[in-house]
Amino acid sequence: MTTPRTDRSPWNWLLLVAIIIPLIPPLFNAVEPRLFGIPLFYWLQLAFILIGVTATTVVYRMTRRGR
Amino acid sequence: MTTEIIVFAVLFLLVSGMGFVASRWRRPDDLASLHEWGLGGRSFGSWITWFLIGGDLYTAYTFVAVPALLFGAGATGFFAVPYTVITYPIVFLVLIRLWSVSHVHGLVTPADFVRARFGSPTLALLIAITGIVATMPYIALQLVGIEAVLKTMGVGGDLPLIIAFAILAAYTYKSGLRAPALIAFVKDALIYIVILAAIIYIPAKLGGLGAIFDAAKEKFDATPAPGDGVLLNANNQLQYVTLALGSALALFLYPHSVTGVLAAKNRDVIKRNMSALPAYSLLLGLIALLGYMAIAAGIKPIGKDVNTVVPQLFDKMFPGWFAGVAFAAIGIGALVPAAIMSIAAANLFTRNIYREYIKRDATDAQEASVSKIASLVVKVGAVLFILLIDPQFSIDLQLIGGVIILQTLPSIGLGLFTRWFHRAGLIAGWVAGMGTGVLLLYNIANPVTNHAHFGGSAFPLAKLGLDTKVTIYAGFLALIVNLVVAVLGTVIARLVDAADGPDATRPDDYFADQGDPRVHDLELAGST
Repeated sequence: MTTPRTDRSPWNWLLLVAIIIPLIPPLFNAVEPRLFGIPLFYWLQLAFILIGVTATTVVYRMTRRGR
Repeated sequence: MTTEIIVFAVLFLLVSGMGFVASRWRRPDDLASLHEWGLGGRSFGSWITWFLIGGDLYTAYTFVAVPALLFGAGATGFFAVPYTVITYPIVFLVLIRLWSVSHVHGLVTPADFVRARFGSPTLALLIAITGIVATMPYIALQLVGIEAVLKTMGVGGDLPLIIAFAILAAYTYKSGLRAPALIAFVKDALIYIVILAAIIYIPAKLGGLGAIFDAAKEKFDATPAPGDGVLLNANNQLQYVTLALGSALALFLYPHSVTGVLAAKNRDVIKRNMSALPAYSLLLGLIALLGYMAIAAGIKPIGKDVNTVVPQLFDKMFPGWFAGVAFAAIGIGALVPAAIMSIAAANLFTRNIYREYIKRDATDAQEASVSKIASLVVKVGAVLFILLIDPQFSIDLQLIGGVIILQTLPSIGLGLFTRWFHRAGLIAGWVAGMGTGVLLLYNIANPVTNHAHFGGSAFPLAKLGLDTKVTIYAGFLALIVNLVVAVLGTVIARLVDAADGPDATRPDDYFADQGDPRVHDLELAGST
């Protein structure tokens, strides 16, 4: 069978980036600059979703088996 | 008001009626077996898994509890966004290992895994009990959501809670996990419609997003409370970060999340889901802002129940019929996850307590009927949590559940990666962590309802004698105590050469995938 012995991959480090960035309040704890009237605190944290999606998608694609 | 109730009732009955039809979906041969009732046969592909996992993450928590926290406390409530952003990268590599080892050894619950990995029935029992108890406040949160909708529609007294409970009980008793999985599609469709309408229509009527945030700022500036505001302050940043991290670590320790993950067809389905699920976070963040919209619209909570602010906002802003649709969305959005949660907790009881300690030779039919009764008991426990605890914000029900479930992290989460821990160390860690958690929660007061104890989950560090106003998530502190004791206990156990349990798993069991001859789809008599 083609069972790999490991889940190790350098791509996995991307996951760590997506975990740490949203946990640093100084990055986003401010009102200005606003976006469409939304304070930075809210729109930037919503934008972090993109980091999460990108990181997990890239890791998924790069470590997918077979096909 | 009558239009609302009629639309709500019709939609609600229609959708939950589908649950009963769903018992026949994909034609299980025998719904009397625990596997069929509890796991739906374990053969779900990407889409259904996505709805299944998403269905129990985005719930009354999203629609009622998070906006209520923003309404009452401001920026702190937004922790739900980083929480749901970081949880998927955190568990990405963990859950695929859980999937593999579970499918090799026929494990259905987190306690099954701990039993196989650490060869300790005692530890497995603790994990099972933890899972069941931690699920109760989480289900309670869902009931509170349904309650808030009923209250807004004018149903008074204790009736809303009784109705919410009765609906849920009748609904799960009949058709197991299949029903919530099918309904999740309808539920999500309803929620998407409501939320799109809400985030476009309501801000337009309130003078734009800028005006909404200004109104929120004005409200928080006027209150004497030091902890609120549209931004975090020096004292609640640690709370914010530990809440997000603690909740993220806790999420996939819940038995119902594990059930959803195990129902996936293979490892790639899980990975794909971990990259697609954050799409829900955007929704969550936008819904959270409904709390501020309620401020801008001048909504006042019914009684002291801030959970009613979002239903009331819908009531005020939408025409009657659409408010009915929105209420149905909230109601079904609470019902589906509550069903999934209570089924998972019932599975835990049946497999790891009933079959292990009460009746070893139980037949499939006996197990299924015990599960049904157990799921009823879990719901009664949920109602007790509501009646006895009554925290300031309903979100604290979920956060209290988090404090409890986090204590299983060393055994499950770390256990998936390392067999270094000694079973005695893990048990000692659990006892210390749980003791600390309960003690911390006991010492958190709730000024609003005048409760001296169990008033929330933000623990003031000043109570430890530190000269500071900083607060921290109680679950995080308890987890640290748990880990330290588990490590020390393991070192001591090894020093005195205490007997360790056998490990029934092998390293390459953690990488097995669909198509591997060792991977079984339906394996009831597993490693236990």
